[in-house]
Amino acid sequence: MHPTSHDFKANAHRAMRNEALQGALATLKKGFRAKRGIAVERLPEFEALRDAGRDMKNHVLAHLDHYLELFEAKVLAQGGHVHWARDAEEARRIVLDICRASNARTVTKGKSMVAEEIGLNAYLEKNGVRPVETDLGEYIIQLRDEPPSHIIAPAIHLNRGHVAQAFVKAHPQYPADRPLGEARELLDEAREVLRESFVTADLGITGANMMIAETGATIIVTNEGNGDLTQTLPRVHVVLTSIEKVVPTMEDATTVLRLLARSATGQEFAAYTTFSAGPRRAEDLDGPSEFHVVLLDNGRSNMLGGAFHDMLRCIRCAACINHCPIYGAIGGHAYGWVYPGPMGSVLTPALIGLEEAHDLPNASTLCGRCEAVCPMHIPLPRMLRHWREREFERHLQPGRVRLALKGWSWLVRHPTLYRLYTMAAVATLGMLGKRRGRFTSMPLAGGWTNTRDLPAPSARRGFMDQWATGRRR
Amino acid sequence: MTAKRQILDSIRGSLGRGALPPSRRAELEEALNHPHAAAVPARGTLPHPEQIALFMAMCVEMSASVDRVASMALVPAAIASYLASQNLPTRLVVAPAPQALDWAAAPLLETRFGAALPIDPVSVTPVAAGVAETGTLVLCSGPDSPTTLNFLPDTHIAVIEAGQVVGGYEEVWARLRVDGRLVPRNINMITGPSRTGDIEQTILLGAHGPRRLHVILVDEHGG
Repeated sequence: MHPTSHDFKANAHRAMRNEALQGALATLKKGFRAKRGIAVERLPEFEALRDAGRDMKNHVLAHLDHYLELFEAKVLAQGGHVHWARDAEEARRIVLDICRASNARTVTKGKSMVAEEIGLNAYLEKNGVRPVETDLGEYIIQLRDEPPSHIIAPAIHLNRGHVAQAFVKAHPQYPADRPLGEARELLDEAREVLRESFVTADLGITGANMMIAETGATIIVTNEGNGDLTQTLPRVHVVLTSIEKVVPTMEDATTVLRLLARSATGQEFAAYTTFSAGPRRAEDLDGPSEFHVVLLDNGRSNMLGGAFHDMLRCIRCAACINHCPIYGAIGGHAYGWVYPGPMGSVLTPALIGLEEAHDLPNASTLCGRCEAVCPMHIPLPRMLRHWREREFERHLQPGRVRLALKGWSWLVRHPTLYRLYTMAAVATLGMLGKRRGRFTSMPLAGGWTNTRDLPAPSARRGFMDQWATGRRR
Repeated sequence: MTAKRQILDSIRGSLGRGALPPSRRAELEEALNHPHAAAVPARGTLPHPEQIALFMAMCVEMSASVDRVASMALVPAAIASYLASQNLPTRLVVAPAPQALDWAAAPLLETRFGAALPIDPVSVTPVAAGVAETGTLVLCSGPDSPTTLNFLPDTHIAVIEAGQVVGGYEEVWARLRVDGRLVPRNINMITGPSRTGDIEQTILLGAHGPRRLHVILVDEHGG
């Protein structure tokens, strides 16, 4: 997928003016966020599980080469195939080659963010293979020819009207005036249409939430059951995943599973958690005859051991996205690539380069909510700051921003001057803003006041003064 | 250099080391034989009768329906009465499980044994276990439990014996390890019927998998 992260500011402005999007984003708070809170409240062991999850993933990352080799050996022993892909191009090529070798024309797909990352659909189409997304949200955005705006709810930016419009256009086999006003009607139509694809597909592609070194199984966690029909009915099952998703044992996977659904949708457990190992056994009555796992690196191995190492613990639950005030204001498309929100702002520069994505780490108030809800204790704000430092080091900001930052950095290293300056600023602003309590415009601060008011300091004395005179709370 | 070689080298380079020494590899491999459960929730460690009550309550919370019968012999009649109460078709595709149910007890049901076809409206399957913690069924694929039965029909009826209900997931893995059944083609953990929230975050049942999941708990084996 062609990134537009370099246009982040324009994207964000557009998103904030998009009324339909703003309406859709308003559901986040009472949906995912509230439900996660309740689910976590119900599990007293949640904090202990978070710590265990972090420690387990840290152990895996420190021995990643070893666990990947163990996993591969298990898959091979069960008659499956493992393909290693250094980058997106290599992964696309491998999937296409498997399609060609099995003469596959129609391919059903479960939801896979790695497939989005490598731009698989466009590539398959260009090469004569028809991919059909089967997750309802992914199906809707495929019909609309747009990327997902959320990693677990790809069509969260849309409302029923958008979906109905897309279905009327894409399903000419039904009467044009059929009722499609209710979500139920839309779902039933999608179910009927996609049943046909499930049954006729030559090959099924799913992602994987995890791989287990102990058993050689891959895991998908879903609610719709589309991933299961995708991998059970066709003759060939291809799992497309990335190298950091391996865990040692079933018990380790279980720790992650206890965290995943609760953090993501606030469910106690997803409807379907499926372990898939190798092709169908000789005596089985159903299941695919071929099983392939494609392991994508695409820059991840370079993240190990460095400032962004901890990001590789991510289990893609989207809790950070659901709780991010910036995501809540602009949605996912504004981020301009595959992974939005805090996890995306850390991951995107690592995967497609800071030059393209240097605005993203700045799209954060560093309020810390993302880290507070992350089931893997990933220090997202710290990593966003790392990227900001690199942005400065590489001269990626406009000249006046650099100048302002340099001036600021000089000022804060001279505490006496800094205090004089802030005292004067607080006194002046406090006096000028006394009457209204806020400013609606201010010279040199249009970037702030164009879209929101600047609160006037309530006391004439700043924090340092109050601290010094013991007015501590 | 092959892709595999290059990726492994890159991992090792980033970690600042070469390949792990054979002694360390053997140690890690051996550790896989002693899997360690991190933090098993207390709610999974109740006495067995309470586990069963929790299992059934969680099934209902997850939008499955539940029924409880005293013996295997009563299962066909329970299926017939469930289907009648829901006004559902009486054509069943049944898992060729080892302990056959006595279908003569429910003469109105039409049964076929094997994997599911898209036209099958109702399936009946055994399970490998039920987990009280979240009301989750665990099914292992095999000739006696084809995976398509769990996903293709509109209605999935799962028959579970009381002794198959355990507290937490780890107990299932331990049992499967002992039975040598830990790695079938599929282990399916099923918690309630298929659902989606992809349209305006409204939860709807029956997305692509079964619209209904009906769990029949059998108190004693035999009959």
